[in-house]
Parts: sequence; structure tokens; C-alpha cells
Amino acid sequence: MAVPLESPISFTNVGRIRWWQRGIFASQTGYVLIALAVLLVIMHFASPYFFTEGNMQNVAKNFSFIAIATLGVTFVIITGGIDLSVGSMMCFSAMITSMVMTELSTPGGLGASLFVHMAADGKTVVANVPGLILLISVAAGLGVALIAGLVNGFCTAVLGLSPFVTTLGMLSIVRGLGYVVSNGRGSFPGGPDADYFYGLTSGDVLGVPMPFIYLVILALAMAVVLHHTSFGRHVFALGGNEKAAELTGIPVVRVKIEVYVICALAAGLQGIIISGWLGSAPANMATSYELNVIAAAVIGGANLAGGIGGPLGAIVGCVLLEVIRNGLVLAQVSSYWQQTLVGVIIILAVLVDRIRSRMS
Amino acid sequence: MTRADATPVLELTGIGKEFGAIRALHGVDMQVFPGEVVGLMGDNGAGKSTLVKIIAGNFRPTHGEIRFTGSAVHFNRPVDARAVGIEVVYQDLALADNLTAAANVFLGRELKRKFGPIALLDHKAMAARALELFGELRSETRPDDLVKQMSGGQRQAVAIARTRLSNARLVMMDEPTAAISVRQVEQVLGLIHRLKEQGVAVMLISHRMPDVFAVCDRVVVMRRGEKRADKPIHETSPEEVTALITGAKEAA
Repeated sequence: MAVPLESPISFTNVGRIRWWQRGIFASQTGYVLIALAVLLVIMHFASPYFFTEGNMQNVAKNFSFIAIATLGVTFVIITGGIDLSVGSMMCFSAMITSMVMTELSTPGGLGASLFVHMAADGKTVVANVPGLILLISVAAGLGVALIAGLVNGFCTAVLGLSPFVTTLGMLSIVRGLGYVVSNGRGSFPGGPDADYFYGLTSGDVLGVPMPFIYLVILALAMAVVLHHTSFGRHVFALGGNEKAAELTGIPVVRVKIEVYVICALAAGLQGIIISGWLGSAPANMATSYELNVIAAAVIGGANLAGGIGGPLGAIVGCVLLEVIRNGLVLAQVSSYWQQTLVGVIIILAVLVDRIRSRMS
Repeated sequence: MTRADATPVLELTGIGKEFGAIRALHGVDMQVFPGEVVGLMGDNGAGKSTLVKIIAGNFRPTHGEIRFTGSAVHFNRPVDARAVGIEVVYQDLALADNLTAAANVFLGRELKRKFGPIALLDHKAMAARALELFGELRSETRPDDLVKQMSGGQRQAVAIARTRLSNARLVMMDEPTAAISVRQVEQVLGLIHRLKEQGVAVMLISHRMPDVFAVCDRVVVMRRGEKRADKPIHETSPEEVTALITGAKEAA
């Protein structure tokens, strides 16, 4: 029912908040977006290679490699939590996916007879149903992420453990399990469906890298969920005032578990995509990626105290990190400087936001 | 004002609450009738907040029985109390600062529109309804403004507007006039009158004697976890109530 917004109140004392003082214009995401635009212009003049098609593809691909996980962790950060286990989760999901794929594709392997048979020449392995192995192995990879996310959520929401400690533990558990199942060796996606796998993870459509396409779809979905569903509203309310959320009848425990599950699934998907690009899932893959992911989220404006954040910020943070990395490479600056610069930017981004909120 | 023939909205019998060795409440009997405004007074630690939290479903009573509109009720969570028609305006208002006024009013019971299998928030309808409610409260509050940018009175209006969404039978207000301006106190008291006209029972927990005497039909005084007085407002005086609160007079 659309009631006409005819104001029954006359606002004599309360002025309207101007458009540039609200929404994105008054957020850290807005400032970082401007900084990014300035940086892009500088890069354009600094290096003739920066805006070439090849380099842009590279940048798009590279930031997509952490951006999907950043979207996930942003959900958790908005509720006022943190997830440190994303790096390990990427590795473990990727590993399980490629191991399941290899196992199901090896004649004589566990359950392989259901999925593959030998071709007439006795050498080539042919899938019974093309794509089925891929589907099952990706589902297995995401399945383990789901379980880890449920455990994270259960420990923080039901048992009331600190999210920092819980997910720090999960970081170690999942990384350890990765070494256990692989015996420390890397695993490679193989078998008849491997081509589909590489096509879907490191391929491109009309020059646009696949990871970037997934990122755009997921970011749009996230924007809709956060701002146009009651779940999203509850995620923000939880970060703003958890006690109020509880008193107004929001299912706090369920929402918390859901955000940790979303985060773990995003990390798992991210890991699977990275392994497609790498061509393998080594046991030390994505080590300490959680720091990049959280840094990108924070630079993009997600507030670790909870209540603020969004997909645009997550992506802007990732792009900024990648453009700086890329720029330093093009400028032939030692790659060791990258990390130092990233640290400076994290602090600067938060500082600018603090100065702004002091002024208003 | 007490009508012997009417069913009380809320009836407490022998309510007691112990926290370990501490006896916070003991043998509280109380009735609240539809359209009645009851002032609940007492010093800090007298047991007012505990009593309110028991009625609101935050705590379960150790002893005694709660009857709501004639039938016994057991609340495990605040949501259970809200489901039967008990609304509370908390002293700290329980608002999420990072959300807009309209979002806070509808928190936990958002209006949605179905698009096939998915239900999306109906921002327009929520803003319109919130503006209507703020209009009723005569509060200059814009539904789309963030709560963190609002004054104390506006925040109060948001918290009170929330109770007006449902068909509450009993509204409990914890110190609604403690942190707001004189003009806004008038507005809040006006709102209490409007609730009363609609047959809603109101329980006003307040330290401010003038407010209680301005709107209440009956005053209940708590001291040391017990009910010390329960009198129609015109049979008592601010002096007597003060004496009851401080303990200068034991009971009335």
C-alpha cells in the first residue's frame, strides 16, 4: 500500500540532511572511491601500459581473486564479528574440490565407476555424464566450507565465544586438515571435467575474466540482500546495537550463524576459483590471505566495530590494493614495498574517516 | 478508576524474584485495567526494573503467576510478551544508531512486498507509516534520517512509535521523560493520554513526580522489593508518595 508521502508534520526546527551529507557521499567508501579515481588518473599518466587491455584484464582478474571472499567477510564485519579463517578456508575448499574431482575421474578410484568409463582405446577416460563430476566436486568443496562456517557461527552465536578466537582456531584447524588430507602435497584438478573446470575459473567471456563476472553477480546479489531484505536489515541492526536487535525480536543467533556460513562459502568459492587459475591447490595456498581480505574490507569502509559496510566498499578496497600493487610493478618498485604501503593505506583510510566524523 | 467488573489486562499474584541470595522482589500483587495509566514509583533498587523485566519477558519470576487478559502466561523471551500485546519502551531506547528512523520503528517486523519467491522490503510503505506515527506524536522526525544524527526527543519518538505498530494492550514505559526537553515531555504525556483513550493500559515508570501526577490514574510505590502502596492518584499526594519512596512512611 503506497500511502502518499504527504507530511503531517511541519519541520520547523529539523532541517533536511543535504544529499552530500548522507549515504555514500558521507561514507569512507565514498572517499576511498575518490582516492581510487585520482590514483587511476595518476597511473594513466605515470605508465603508458596501465590502461592497456591486457593490463586491465590482469587487474580485473587479480582483484577478483580476493574480492569474492571480501564480500563474504564484509557480511561478518557488518555484524560486528570477524572471520580470520578465510585464507585457510580458500585452500581447504580448493583442495577438497580437486581431490574429489581426481578421485572420481580415476578408474578404480572410490566410486569412480559411477562417473567414468574407459574409452575404446583403453587409455582415454570418458565421463558418463559430462559436467557431473565437476558439479559434485565443487559441491564437496563448498560443503566443507559450509560445515566450517556452521562451526564458526555455532561457537560465536550459541556458545558465545569471541569471534576473533573462534576463527583464529578455525584458521589453524582448517589449514591443518588441508595438510592431513593431502599429506602436505598439492592436488591437481584432473580428469575429463578438468577442461570445464579451467574454463569456468580462469577462462573469459568476450575478454572479461570469469572471476570478475562472478564477482559482479555476487556483489549485486549482496547489495539487494543487504538493503532490500529483512535479513540484510537484521545484519545491520546486529552490528549497530545487538541488544536492541535481541529486544526487537530479531533471531540474533540465526542471523549470526548465517553470516559466518555466507563468509565461509564465499571463501570456499574464492579458493576453488584461485585453484583453477593456479592449475593446482597446493597445501600452502592462500596463506595469510585473510589479512588482505580484511584489509580490503576495512579500506573500503567496513567498520570493524560493526554496523557499516557494503559490497561497493569491499570491491573498492580490493581494487585499490590491486591497483597499487600493479602500479608498483609497472613503476618497477621492489614488490617488498607493497606490504608496507598497504599498511599505510589501511591506517590512512580509517584516519580520514575519523577526521570526517570529528568534523561533522 | 478501578472497575471491579472488568477483566484486568495484567494481573500479578505473589510475584517474587531471587538472584542467588538477593531477594529482588517479594510477594507483589498488582492489577492493571484497560485504559488505565498506572505510575510505578520507587527509589533505585526498589525492584521496579526487575518487575518490568519480568512482565516484559526478560526474566522469569521465581514465584507467583502472571495473568494477561485473564489467562496465565509464561514468557521465556521478550518476543513472547510482545506476541500477546505487551510493548516496552526501554530507558536506553534499544535503537540501532546506524539505521534510519523508519528502519528502527519496523525493526523485527519489516513490511515486505513479494516478488515471486522473494520478499523485498517495502521502503516506501514503511517510511509513510513511520511518518504518520511521528505525526501522531507531533515529533519532527524524518523517517529517512539516521538515528545517530537525532536529538534525545526524536530518539524517544522513534522508540515510542515502535510500540504503536502493533495492537498493544499494555505499554510499559521506562523513564520516558528522563532525558528530554520540557516541550517533548508534554508530547510524551500527550501520547500517553492518547494511548489511554484507545483503551491501552500504560505503565509509567518514572522518577518525575509531576509527570506521574499529570497522567496517572493510580500510583504503585515499590520499596525494598515489595509493594508498599497502591492508591488512586486523587487519594494521595506527592508528599505522601515521596514519604513512601524514601521509607519515611512504611505503607499506605
